[in-house]
Amino acid sequence: MNNMKCDVVIIGGGPAGLAAAIAAKQEGAEKVLIVERDHALGGILQQCIHPGFGLTRFGEELTGPEYYSRFVDQANELGVEYMLGAMVLQVNNETNEVICTGSEYGLACIQAGSIVLAMGCRERTRAGIMVPGTRPSGLFTAGSAQRLVNRQNIMVGKKVVILGSGDIGMIMARRMSLEGAKVVMVVELMDYLAGLTRNRVQCLDDFGIPLKLSHTITRIEGDERVTGVWVAPVDENKKPIAEQAELVECDTVLFSVGLLPENELTRKAGIEINPVTNGPAVNQYMQTSSPSVFACGNVVHVNDLVDNVSAESAVAGKYAAMYAMGKLKDAQKNVPCVTGRNVRYLCPQSIDANQKDGKVTLYFRVLQPEQKVTLVARCGDEILAKHKEILVNPGEMNHLTIDTNMISGSDVTVEVVKEA
Amino acid sequence: MKKEIICTVCPRGCHINVEGEGEKILSMEGYGCKRGVTYATAEFTNPVRILTTLVKIDGVDGELLPVRSANPVPKEKLFDCMEIIRKTKVGVPLKMHDVIIKNICDTGVDIVATKAVK
Repeated sequence: MNNMKCDVVIIGGGPAGLAAAIAAKQEGAEKVLIVERDHALGGILQQCIHPGFGLTRFGEELTGPEYYSRFVDQANELGVEYMLGAMVLQVNNETNEVICTGSEYGLACIQAGSIVLAMGCRERTRAGIMVPGTRPSGLFTAGSAQRLVNRQNIMVGKKVVILGSGDIGMIMARRMSLEGAKVVMVVELMDYLAGLTRNRVQCLDDFGIPLKLSHTITRIEGDERVTGVWVAPVDENKKPIAEQAELVECDTVLFSVGLLPENELTRKAGIEINPVTNGPAVNQYMQTSSPSVFACGNVVHVNDLVDNVSAESAVAGKYAAMYAMGKLKDAQKNVPCVTGRNVRYLCPQSIDANQKDGKVTLYFRVLQPEQKVTLVARCGDEILAKHKEILVNPGEMNHLTIDTNMISGSDVTVEVVKEA
Repeated sequence: MKKEIICTVCPRGCHINVEGEGEKILSMEGYGCKRGVTYATAEFTNPVRILTTLVKIDGVDGELLPVRSANPVPKEKLFDCMEIIRKTKVGVPLKMHDVIIKNICDTGVDIVATKAVK
């Protein structure tokens, strides 16, 4: 086995891994190594050729490749090292070793001062939502279709139905239309859009693609190739109304029905997983239940904006470097972050209240869309932060920044308060 | 002419009803703030979009060059632009933002590379 040593090893060379690597270098870690299974850095952004990235971070609208190229350039300037075409098989958090394999390096063991998990997420598939019917060709997750069209020059179909109104699904609706396919409709189970309004306007309305809210696919038809899908409205309990189902002809179905953090390595290492986010539970340093292991990006919780991923990953990289250099003290006073009214989850899930430099940003998602609300972070009766919003919805992440010096009680609660 | 425009400036997504002729707006209803008025005016008189797509690389199979319009182009010209881009092949190496097609469809906008290729 090939043996290597480094200060910080980062699993994944997408936007999270790149931002973590840059921050680790800037913090003073000498040898920072990214292990990436693809043959290039950039992760999913390589296939996200559309604009909309970087508005928060750079104040301009960049495409995916433009966004990650800036990080790759910076990582190169700082001397971040990387292994491409290498897949991590195991994280051993007791010995701080990462075992990986690839054709160039063979089986390798990387001994590190700290480990950053930045593996991102995967798409939920048709099997994940149990759509009945036959198993013909022509069924893709939106992201795999995006990879085929945008990176491999393979057109996936001519007449398309998309299930799920997530951003990737809508962006693929535009992409397929521009490439000459007919997108028949986008079908959404909920009574609201899952993705951003901007994408509805620019990807569906611009191309005259109907959006069927409160509808779902009840059955897939076709033997060798899909020939159609049954689309039915759903009642208030999300149960399809079978009598009103209609057969919609198509040769392709794209599923844009959610993303799942990819945590096989995390689970195998025995690191605590949060049951709501399906990612590792972290504190404000993005440190997991195993102190030498940090995590960031979509492996922790699925983000809607890469700008947030970059910001959060820089935190992980910074503290992973400090840990590797022996500069990060063990957490002294861990205070849990608790979800209050209309909050589905919070990240980080706990805060070390002894941190002196103080500011922590809490990212969270709501359960239900709601208008005219105040977002509140409190410790007992004491308000730590609050912010008014005209509208909150589950598809768009919210955040509040608090000062850890103000934490006096035993937990921090975040809630959405409806204005009277 | 009447048009319903969904504002994309903020997540609220106001539905704005605009009535007018050509560049002239006669009435506007449903906006939530001043930014909505600016957005709806632009959408009504001259809707523009950034176009992103891919271009074939000469002599290379299975890898495409991602490109964008350097600035937004008129919405109604998106498919005309796609026709030109589809017929285009580029040679490498290429730097980030190298011009691939100049002044596409007389829009005054260039199509540029969004990735460097060695």
